[in-house]
Amino acid sequence: MPHLLYFQIILHSLPDNPLDRGQHREVLRITDLSKVYMMGEVRVDALKHISLEFHAGELAVLLGASGSGKSTLLNIIGGLDLPSSGKLFFHGREITAATEAELTAYRRCSIGFVFQFYNLISSLSALENVQLVTEIADNPMNAEEALRLVGLGDRLNHFPAQLSGGEQQRVAIARAVAKRPELLLCDEPTGALDFQTGKLVLDVLEKVNRELGTTTLVITHNASIAGMADRVVRLRSGELSEDRRNLTRLSPSELVW
Amino acid sequence: MKALQRKLLRELMRLKGQMLAVAAVVACGISVFVSMSSVKYSLEASRQRYYNRFRFADVFVQVKRAPEFYREAVSRIPGVASVTTRITADVTLDVPGLDEPASARLVSIPDYRMPVLNDLFLKKGRYIEPGKPEEVIASKPFLEANHLAPGDRISAVINGRKRNLLIVGMGLSPEYIYEVQPGSFFPDKRRFGVFWMGRRSLESALDMSGAFNDLSLTLAHGASEKDVIMRLDNLFKRYGSLGAYGRSEHLSDRFIVDEIKQVGIQITFLPVVFLAVAVFLLNIVLRRIVATQRDQIAVLKAIGYSNEDVGLHYLGFALIPTAFGAVVGTLLGAWLGRGLMNIYAEFYNFAELVYFFRFEDVALSVLLSFAAAIFGALGAVRSAVQLPPAEAMRPDSPVLYKPGIFDRESLRKKIPVSLRIIVRNLERRPWKAALSVLMISLSVAILIAGRYTYDSLDRMVQVEFNEKHREDVTLIFNNPMPPSVRFTIASLDGVVEHEYYREEPVKMSFGHRVRRQSIKGMESAEGLQRLVDQSNRQISLPSEGVLLTSTLATLLGVKPGDTLQVDFLQGRQRHRELLVSGTIDEILGLSAYMNLGSLNRLAGDGGALNAAYLRLDQTKAAKLYTTFKGMPGVSGIMMLKAMKQSFDELIAQSMNTSTLILTTFACVLAFAVVYNGARISLSERARELTSLRVLGMTKGEISFILLGEQALLTMAAIPVGFLIGIALSALLAHALSSELYRLPLVFSAFNFLFAFVVIVLVSLVSAFLVRRRLTSLDLVEVLKTRE
Repeated sequence: MPHLLYFQIILHSLPDNPLDRGQHREVLRITDLSKVYMMGEVRVDALKHISLEFHAGELAVLLGASGSGKSTLLNIIGGLDLPSSGKLFFHGREITAATEAELTAYRRCSIGFVFQFYNLISSLSALENVQLVTEIADNPMNAEEALRLVGLGDRLNHFPAQLSGGEQQRVAIARAVAKRPELLLCDEPTGALDFQTGKLVLDVLEKVNRELGTTTLVITHNASIAGMADRVVRLRSGELSEDRRNLTRLSPSELVW
Repeated sequence: MKALQRKLLRELMRLKGQMLAVAAVVACGISVFVSMSSVKYSLEASRQRYYNRFRFADVFVQVKRAPEFYREAVSRIPGVASVTTRITADVTLDVPGLDEPASARLVSIPDYRMPVLNDLFLKKGRYIEPGKPEEVIASKPFLEANHLAPGDRISAVINGRKRNLLIVGMGLSPEYIYEVQPGSFFPDKRRFGVFWMGRRSLESALDMSGAFNDLSLTLAHGASEKDVIMRLDNLFKRYGSLGAYGRSEHLSDRFIVDEIKQVGIQITFLPVVFLAVAVFLLNIVLRRIVATQRDQIAVLKAIGYSNEDVGLHYLGFALIPTAFGAVVGTLLGAWLGRGLMNIYAEFYNFAELVYFFRFEDVALSVLLSFAAAIFGALGAVRSAVQLPPAEAMRPDSPVLYKPGIFDRESLRKKIPVSLRIIVRNLERRPWKAALSVLMISLSVAILIAGRYTYDSLDRMVQVEFNEKHREDVTLIFNNPMPPSVRFTIASLDGVVEHEYYREEPVKMSFGHRVRRQSIKGMESAEGLQRLVDQSNRQISLPSEGVLLTSTLATLLGVKPGDTLQVDFLQGRQRHRELLVSGTIDEILGLSAYMNLGSLNRLAGDGGALNAAYLRLDQTKAAKLYTTFKGMPGVSGIMMLKAMKQSFDELIAQSMNTSTLILTTFACVLAFAVVYNGARISLSERARELTSLRVLGMTKGEISFILLGEQALLTMAAIPVGFLIGIALSALLAHALSSELYRLPLVFSAFNFLFAFVVIVLVSLVSAFLVRRRLTSLDLVEVLKTRE
């Protein structure tokens, strides 16, 4: 698979150690991105001319009501979907022009996904769900280490059905970070969880961002979560309506909703 | 093991019922293919080896009596490689321990052992010693059936004189792989055997010194069999030749060749059905797996698995059960093949019947089943690969239902909701429903076709042993007898009825088509022997002209009203014209029947009789048997009851075995299709059905919705299966029929009933298994899971 190799060489030529990356080095650049769906005969403008960039080590929260286009944006950033127009650059390389194999390599090596409904493989144990990633990633953590990082060192061999929602989401986070991604994308990670459990999960995300320096994008409709971010981006009907920086980051335990 | 492989194995385990069903279908197909292919190859190879090793001749000719120096003349015919002359005779035997008389064919062998054509394989004992005229070697099946061994004695009436023979060896010959009494179709090992005797002693016993009555030869490479046969016929015409013939008309060889051909037919037809069903099952099972795992596919792609990884993962769901089925099928096939060869060993007497289990057959069948698996899985795997990851995150859109034929206002009120759901489900995917019906009906069809051969044989027994023949004993005369023989027979105490026939060998021709055939002149077709066709209808004997077996008429290209050219091969060798007055659709052999009087007139002699049918007073039978055993002029004795018994023992038993195998396989097929269909419906509709439970429907009501659909499909499949089964049987009957016999196309009501009951039972069992899952559905859990 020559494409994959080629892409990996580019990725490897980048500095690996998060400490080496300048805080302000640009990781992701989005220019004039639009996405149009056709629902039957109705035209839906999910994203309209979005331009944004994200920097290394940043923890950003993408706020927006249901249908504001935030999931679409996340899917495009994660290489799951393609925009109708506009470009997306990852470390200066145009992802929107990548081939299928290059996209796979991008997801495999650089992106970590956390979904609202955890999306664990029910037939695999917590450890095996993480191994699913560590087996194919280039420089992964030890799968057990990843689970210990999210506080599940004692639940390695439990199956998804034997875990609570919060635990499942933490397995999903362990699965996402185990490959040491440069970009962690979280789609409503607390959407299906209660307040206490949700805070526990956010704690883990904050810890990963702090300790590993992973650039983290959290999508949510819950404005209270914005307090823990370096940066808050708000979408409304597919348009960028706000992009501000928090002067101080709150710890998740300080959040209230 | 990789996590993805572990996922595959765990999920296969969770779907083990369905996967085992798929594996079982593959295993059935492979075991049939592997066993039949290895049997076919083994039979062919054993035959070829036997023929080569013991120099089975290429061309044969029987004469009345020809001077020995003709051997030289024959060997000078261009294309003839080697020639052997022999003396043969049919005699009656008195077997120790057997009340009834038996018959034997005596075949001469050189007094000193030397390589000859149609050589002997000496299985036990020793070769005859020169100067000891009473020594014989007897055929293995005959000795074994009668618990005789070298060293035992047996008496025979040879040329009217009673001779006490000493068995010194047990032998086999490539000429008698299928060992039957001349004029019979089925082996009767106890009452017929082949005896090999020194040439000199047979010459003196039959007054044949310096002469022979049987010649066989091998052809040089590239020689024309047809030319050699023509020259032989010219040469031996005046010595009472009945016409020379090649291997393809040699009875024993023809039975084996037919058998090999039939095995070949089974190789092509059965595995194809099984593989087709496997393709169908894998298709529906995999489509369902991919549909339920849309979100998992999305996750795998999102975390960086490539399309190839995902495709191979889902292909694994097809390949692993197939591989499992292939392994089981191969083992089962090897075992079945050996068992079948043991059955063949009962029929066919090979010097060595070697069972070759060939790697090529296994490889080919595994290759075919993997190709089928990939073909079946392709659609589902492709949709998994092509699923865009972002779209896969969203649940499948709800299926569009449209008002169907049952939704007219007038009907709607009369049909309960649950039935409406069933009908709409079927209407929504008519192709899937049609395919399910087709697959279930295929298993019905295999059941019907499997039992058809059973019904067919039953009819064969009914016609041949009950309707056509009503005599107890047939006496075959060694020479044509004058009509006055009937007074001798009539004077025997205990003969209740007696009837005679003449058997006249002729050459029949119509246009350019020529066949050697004997005409049977019957006194009547209403007495001890009658004319009965495949459909068990009695046909009357025409007073003039000849009545031909339909197959013979087809071979000659004649129809009633045509005139045949007939050359008599014996006696005055007249040339005559003969009107075809009718045809008869017979089961066994090829025959030409005439009224005895008109045959006598046609032959232009005073009349001759070759055999007598007798009905005996059973209280006096034992005494009569003793008389027959010592009767000069009788070369063979056939007992109807004994023939029927040996038929039942040999053929019916082996047929029962194959019917049992076929029935078992058809049940597996039916179960696999019905069970998988129900499981997939359950998986597709668990949410909907549980919702109905939440709304207040009982377990019984939702079971009715789910199982009702399956029941409807099954009921629709049964009549379709009957029709396909009949068509399949007709195809089989056609393919398996030969000049030797035709399988009558008959179906007993029991056959249909049996298929019906089996399918209903199989459906009930799978319904029971599925209902257990249905009633254990967790109401809350199911509603929580995302579709």
